[in-house]
Amino acid sequence: MIQVEGITKRYKDTVAVDDLSFEVREGVVTGFLGPNGSGKSTTMRMIMGLDAPDEGSATIDGASYHGLGLPLREVGALLEAKAIHPGRSAFNHLLFLAQTNDIPRQRVSDVLEMVGLSAVANRRVGKFSLGMGQRLGIAAALLGDPPTLLFDEPINGLDPEGILWVRNLLKGLAAEGRTVFVSSHLMSEMALTAEQLVVIGRGRLISSGSVNDFIAESSGQYVRVRSPEAQALEVLLLERGAHVVAEDDGSYSVSGLDAAAIGTVAGDAGLHLHELSPQMASLEEAFMELTRDSVEYRGHDSPHGATNGTPVSTLFPSTHSGK
Amino acid sequence: MSTTLTYTSSDLAPASHARVRTTSALRAEWTKLRSVRSTAWTILALAGITLGVAAIAGSTVSSSWHTMSAFERQTFDPTGLSLRGMLFGQLVIGVLGILVMSAEYSTGTIRSTFMAVPNRSKVMLTKITTMAAVGLIVSEVLSFGAFFLGQSLLASPAPHAALSQPGVLRAVVGGGLVLTVLGLFALGLATIIRHSAAAITTYVGVLLVLPLVVQALPSSISQPVTKYLPFHISDAMTSVTHVLGSGPSLSPWTGFAVLCGYAFVALAVGMWMMVRRDA
Repeated sequence: MIQVEGITKRYKDTVAVDDLSFEVREGVVTGFLGPNGSGKSTTMRMIMGLDAPDEGSATIDGASYHGLGLPLREVGALLEAKAIHPGRSAFNHLLFLAQTNDIPRQRVSDVLEMVGLSAVANRRVGKFSLGMGQRLGIAAALLGDPPTLLFDEPINGLDPEGILWVRNLLKGLAAEGRTVFVSSHLMSEMALTAEQLVVIGRGRLISSGSVNDFIAESSGQYVRVRSPEAQALEVLLLERGAHVVAEDDGSYSVSGLDAAAIGTVAGDAGLHLHELSPQMASLEEAFMELTRDSVEYRGHDSPHGATNGTPVSTLFPSTHSGK
Repeated sequence: MSTTLTYTSSDLAPASHARVRTTSALRAEWTKLRSVRSTAWTILALAGITLGVAAIAGSTVSSSWHTMSAFERQTFDPTGLSLRGMLFGQLVIGVLGILVMSAEYSTGTIRSTFMAVPNRSKVMLTKITTMAAVGLIVSEVLSFGAFFLGQSLLASPAPHAALSQPGVLRAVVGGGLVLTVLGLFALGLATIIRHSAAAITTYVGVLLVLPLVVQALPSSISQPVTKYLPFHISDAMTSVTHVLGSGPSLSPWTGFAVLCGYAFVALAVGMWMMVRRDA
């Protein structure tokens, strides 16, 4: 289990991670979701003892990273693709890591086999594609057969077959009872892989819980209604506290009342309904909704013009994420 | 491609009380050092320059012997002549010492290293030990090699040196020691600076540019400072009859102690920064 408690990281005049607390349980895949630059990588580096938090603590099964005896046997992490000396072979990269933690040499060959890199084990890493680099990083994470695993954007640069492989690998690792923590900025990917979610924006916790709760919690659920007597119906719905939005196609999006309640209102008043369909927000929409205020850089719809790279959020105007 | 983990962890003993052992960390550092080409290339370059200069200097001096003045003949130092290449070798071993550390930072390997060995002092100390061992063996072999090669190519009437003569063994052994310590100094600089190019520039600046700067100063300032420069210290160590420059020199071993002090400071500051800084 990973426990993060009140962790804060500041860089000069910016706050990359702001009083963040969450737990990652064993046995399930937990997705770590947030827009680019929201502090995911910084948080992971603090969990792995690479960056020192200014406040708060991160522990793995109760111990800080520096308190782990042979850390590779406790935690494995893929933090960035190809953070490996390009002149060194894949085998030697894993070999030196194995040697530090007294992991048998045979295990190096085993993990290379596991990620499908046996054939290129002795090739220099500089000649690897991004996908091969990712696989090597995953092999390094698995090297010590650790009960806790962290992956920072593991599917970046992978082909469809590789993406499927990573998904199955993550689920398989969790099914073995391991703690699996995976970051991504792609909601759709997390929907397919993760059971639990930790969502952050601008270094702050936005939501944590199960994927299903996450969708329910977000404000994206509504009912689409079509009726020839729409205006009469709207009045009745508004009286009952619903929120009604007229859409361009003539339908109405109603939130605050579920489909059954809307049907009853219409029936009681003798109004005809041509459509009454509950709309489930996709995870992607829920994510967009939740992180709307915490996206650091926005494209064309920026109120300050179309300049890409202009901080537009007014929520935390002084906040600026680190790398 | 396998998608399941069939690995059983039975051969991994429970590691709750185990720690990263120093011997394990040393073995890993040695693997890192030997598994990149730059190590072999820099050592090859070091051999080429030290032995090459010794050979050229040794084989050409006899032809110019008759044009040398009486004073030049009297102070002729066959040992220093054979070890002249060691001065150029200082630049090369510096590159090796720098790359050992800066390549880890520039490629991001340092994060893998720290995740495997969270005790950063241990990382630094094992790196220093590995670099010291490799540097010492290579430097001494090349220093003796340069000496014997240079002497074998010296033709009469130029006099030869023998290890049994006073000061000769010290110069040959000391030449290797100076090279080793400069490699460690470079390692310390690289740990502070973390960028290969900037570290190499700084190192070359200290070794070659600093003496020029000092020389340009009024002699009241340059005189007492010159003898503390690494270049000057190393020259005093590898010479038997010392005549270079006009100012006073530190004795070879005093100079060596000063040089060790420089390396110690660079390594200590580097280690302090490595422990404190985010990776």
